[in-house]
Amino acid sequence: MNGFFEILFSPDVPFIRNALFAGILSSILFGILGSVVTVKRIAGLAGAISHAVLGGIGIALYLSATGIAPNLSPMVGAIIFALLSALLIGAVSLKSKQREDTVIQAIWAIGMSIGVLFMAKTPGYTDPSSYLFGNILLISGRDLILLAILDVIVLFLAWRFYPQIEATSFDEEFAAVRGIPTQTVFLIILSVTAVAVVLLQTFVGIVMVIAMLTLPAGTAGYTARNLASMMLFSTLYSLLFSAGGLVVGWSLDLPVGAVVVVLSGLVFLGFATATVIRKKRSSRGPSSD
Amino acid sequence: MIEAPVALQFKGVSFAYPSLQILEDVTFHFHQGEFIALVGPNGSGKTTLLKLILGLEEAQEGTITLMGGSVKTMRPEIGYVPQHATYDPSFPISVIEVVMMGLVDSTRRLKKQEIRSEAIQALKQVELEDLVDRPYSQLSGGQRRRVLVARALASSPRMLILDEPTANMDKESEGRLYSTLERLKGNTTILIVTHDTRFVSDLTDRVFCIDTKPEGGTGGRTVVQHALESVEGEDQKRVRHDVEIPADFCAYPRELPS
Repeated sequence: MNGFFEILFSPDVPFIRNALFAGILSSILFGILGSVVTVKRIAGLAGAISHAVLGGIGIALYLSATGIAPNLSPMVGAIIFALLSALLIGAVSLKSKQREDTVIQAIWAIGMSIGVLFMAKTPGYTDPSSYLFGNILLISGRDLILLAILDVIVLFLAWRFYPQIEATSFDEEFAAVRGIPTQTVFLIILSVTAVAVVLLQTFVGIVMVIAMLTLPAGTAGYTARNLASMMLFSTLYSLLFSAGGLVVGWSLDLPVGAVVVVLSGLVFLGFATATVIRKKRSSRGPSSD
Repeated sequence: MIEAPVALQFKGVSFAYPSLQILEDVTFHFHQGEFIALVGPNGSGKTTLLKLILGLEEAQEGTITLMGGSVKTMRPEIGYVPQHATYDPSFPISVIEVVMMGLVDSTRRLKKQEIRSEAIQALKQVELEDLVDRPYSQLSGGQRRRVLVARALASSPRMLILDEPTANMDKESEGRLYSTLERLKGNTTILIVTHDTRFVSDLTDRVFCIDTKPEGGTGGRTVVQHALESVEGEDQKRVRHDVEIPADFCAYPRELPS
């Protein structure tokens, strides 16, 4: 543990500090967007977007390495792909309820496959697992700046449009009757989540980003009194899990992204078990009426 | 005497999904202050008709006039109480926050203190002001439905529309709901949509049924008006399906309450 803190403040090893900052900045996105994704029950859609992102990364790596688009960064490719898949998935979800599951799973699988195919044909060595499972070595100063910018945007949107987000999440039909453009709100939430997924995958990876969008929010949901407190507690839990995962992962030489998700999962299961036990006890106990 | 203006008017309205005609040549109207029941069996097109009134769907033919204007412009004057069958009990929200949703603006962020006091007034109307800060998920089904009525009343609407308001509701909650509606009757136009085609509340002034297909039509249903008769010793009225009244006929204009 002491070794971790020595490394954290060492000027020669910036990546641990970057990882910690990434964890702090990610927590705000995991907390706010995760709460919205959880109460709107669109974790499946966010999961499909996060996996389809690999297609964009693969294409961008290929175009860059083959000289077709020499300066194209994987992140730009990923953001374009993420936004396209978010809009496509959003449109399918709104317009084609009967085939929604099939189409969304298809986008999930096709996106990933395109990524693997382009990476296989990219000159030089490309390791898909660093994108799938995250790699704290990949976090750069630019990633942190982008995360900070997205944090500010998400915080502003969540504060400014909180009543509309709450209303559309709780009762979409009633929100529409009140004149809220529910479909636009839905597509904006999906698009912002898509961009966040791209930035967050450097920290925990594509596969596990969806876990971090649901587990801290799900844990917070057991005690939160409203959506705002769910966002706040979810952010705090994410912060705790990210920092804890970083310390444990570094100390035991384990992949940080996986440790963060396992920690989050254990705490979520703990809360879920405690809630079930409490409900059983209260149903057995004397009636309060 | 001041005549009560028309609250809602359908004129020759037809609606179809791509491969299915739902409504055909629907014509009816009712006046402000009336207590109306719209009944029809499941799958008859009640929900579609409701969506047309609420502006969630647009008719392919005919016109719908709501309080003298178009549906989109006059929609804020409607207080809507949905079935909310897809309610998620894990959604963290308190009773007052649900009711404050009834005052939410389409894009603006309103001051919380102002809308909170209006929401509490609405809760008083349904006699649930003691449950202001209670988690919504801890309420009984009947209490939840009355909270949704308070949410609809929060914006002081001119028309209240309730979709299957007594579904899965115990008798006590049903009684409390109807006593709230009785207090509102006359000042607020009330439209209740229900699948029970035999009986309606004794508060009901007129009943419209959506259960017949016009001759020579393309399979969609239309709205007809039936007579009502009181049942002795009951707080219900029987729908006389054997007595048909032209859908666009009414014994009004009513006198507006002073």
